[in-house]
Amino acid sequence: MTRIAWLVATKDLRIEARSRVLLWQVLPFGVIALLLSGLALGPTQVGNSTAGPGLFYLVTLFVTLLMINRSQALENAPGTKASVATLGLDPAGVFLGKALALTLELWITGLVLLGGSVLFLHIALIGTLQAVPSILVTLTTLAVAGTLYGALTRGGDGPATLLPVVTLPAFAPLLIAGERSFSAALHGGALWEWWVIVVVALVAYTAVGILLYGVLEES
Amino acid sequence: MIKLSQRLLGPVTLLLLGLTFWLGLWITPPDAVQGNLVRLLYVHPPIAWVALYVSFGTASIASCLYLWKRTRSEVMDRIAHCSMEVSVVFIALTLITGSIWGRPTWGVWWAWDARLTSTAILGVFALAYLALRRANDDPTLRARRGAVFAILTAINVPIIHFSVQWWKTLHQGASVLTSNGTLNVHGSMLWTMLIGFVGFTLLFFWLLRYRYRLEVKRDLKVADTVVEALALRQREGV
Repeated sequence: MTRIAWLVATKDLRIEARSRVLLWQVLPFGVIALLLSGLALGPTQVGNSTAGPGLFYLVTLFVTLLMINRSQALENAPGTKASVATLGLDPAGVFLGKALALTLELWITGLVLLGGSVLFLHIALIGTLQAVPSILVTLTTLAVAGTLYGALTRGGDGPATLLPVVTLPAFAPLLIAGERSFSAALHGGALWEWWVIVVVALVAYTAVGILLYGVLEES
Repeated sequence: MIKLSQRLLGPVTLLLLGLTFWLGLWITPPDAVQGNLVRLLYVHPPIAWVALYVSFGTASIASCLYLWKRTRSEVMDRIAHCSMEVSVVFIALTLITGSIWGRPTWGVWWAWDARLTSTAILGVFALAYLALRRANDDPTLRARRGAVFAILTAINVPIIHFSVQWWKTLHQGASVLTSNGTLNVHGSMLWTMLIGFVGFTLLFFWLLRYRYRLEVKRDLKVADTVVEALALRQREGV
C-alpha cells in the first residue's frame, strides 16, 4: 500500500511539475483573491481587523476546490482508469497517494498565501509563524477529505460545480477549527479543542478513505 | 400481519399526532418559566429526533447494507435515498420550529450556536446528497456514491448530538432525559412529549413508505419507457 501510495503521489506531482498549473494558474488566483480581500477591508481597516485568519482560509478554500478538481481530472485522463484496473493497484494506496500529492501541493500554496496574508492583510508575522503547524494539519485534513469527496463527484454531470456543494458542508467545521486555531495563535486563546477536531477529522477521513475508496473506484 | 400494520400506519400516525396537538395545546398546563411557549416543545424535540437520528440512522444503515455485497440490492439504495429526502423536510421543520421558539426566548431568530450551525450543516449535507444523486445517470454508480456519501454524512450526527456539551453555546443541553438518566419533564407534559416522539417517528415511516412506492413506480416507468422506445425502433426497422 505504501509503495503504491508513493508511486501515485510521485506520478501526480510529476504531472503537476510538468504542467505548472499550480504555479501559473492556481497560485496567481490565490494571491489575487487575497489582494481583493485586502481591498474589501479598505486601507484603514486592513491593519486593525481580526478578519485576517478567516480571509486566509476563505481564499485557501477556493484554491483547494480548484486543486481537488485538478487532482481528480488527472484520473479521468484517457487510459488512466484502465491502467489502474489492469495493474491491480490497491485502491487504498491510490487514495493515500492522491491525498499525499494534494497535501504537498496545498502546503506549498498555503505557505505562499500565508506570505500574502502577512503582506496584504497585515497579519502579525510572529503569530503567523506560530500558527504554521496548525495550518499544515488543517490543510492535510482538507486534502484527505477533498480526495475522498473529489472521487465522489468525478465523472458525473458538472463535477466542477458539484464539488463545492458536496465538500462545503464537510469543510465547514475544518475551516472554522483552522480559523480559530490561527486566531488563537495571533491573539491568544484555547488551541487544543480546535486541534482535536482537525486531528479527529483527519483520522476519520483517512480511515473511511482507505476502506471505501475501492468502492468508488469499482464503478 | 405486515399488510395490516402497513394499513394501520397512516391512521395510527394521524391519531397520535392529533393527540399530541390536542394535549399540547389544550390539556397540558403552561410552564412556570416559559409560559405557553412550552407548547412548541411538544413538537420541536420530536421533529429534531426524527431529523437527526431516525432518518439519518435509516439512511446510513441502508447505505451500509447496500455497500455490503451480501445485502446489496436496489431496495437498500431506494430506502437510503427516500429517507434522506424525507430528512430534508424534517431538518427544515427542526430549524423553523427552533427558530420560532428562539425568537421570544433568546431574542433572535438565528444564532451562530454550535447546535444550530451543525444542524444547518447537516441540512446542506442532505441537499448535497440529493444533488450528488442527480449528477449521476448510471444507477449503480449513483447508488454506490450515494451510499458512501450517506455514511460520511452520518459522522456529523454524533457531533451535533454532543455539540451542546462540547462547546456550551446558546442551545441548552439535554432537557428531557439528562446524561445521568434522570427525567426533567413530568406528568401530562411528559406523556404529551412521548406521544409526540412516537407520532413523528411513525410519520417519518409513513412518508418513507409512500416515497418508496413512488420511487418504485418511477423506476418501472423508466424501464417501460426504454422497452417502448426499443419496440418502436424495432417496428421502424432500425
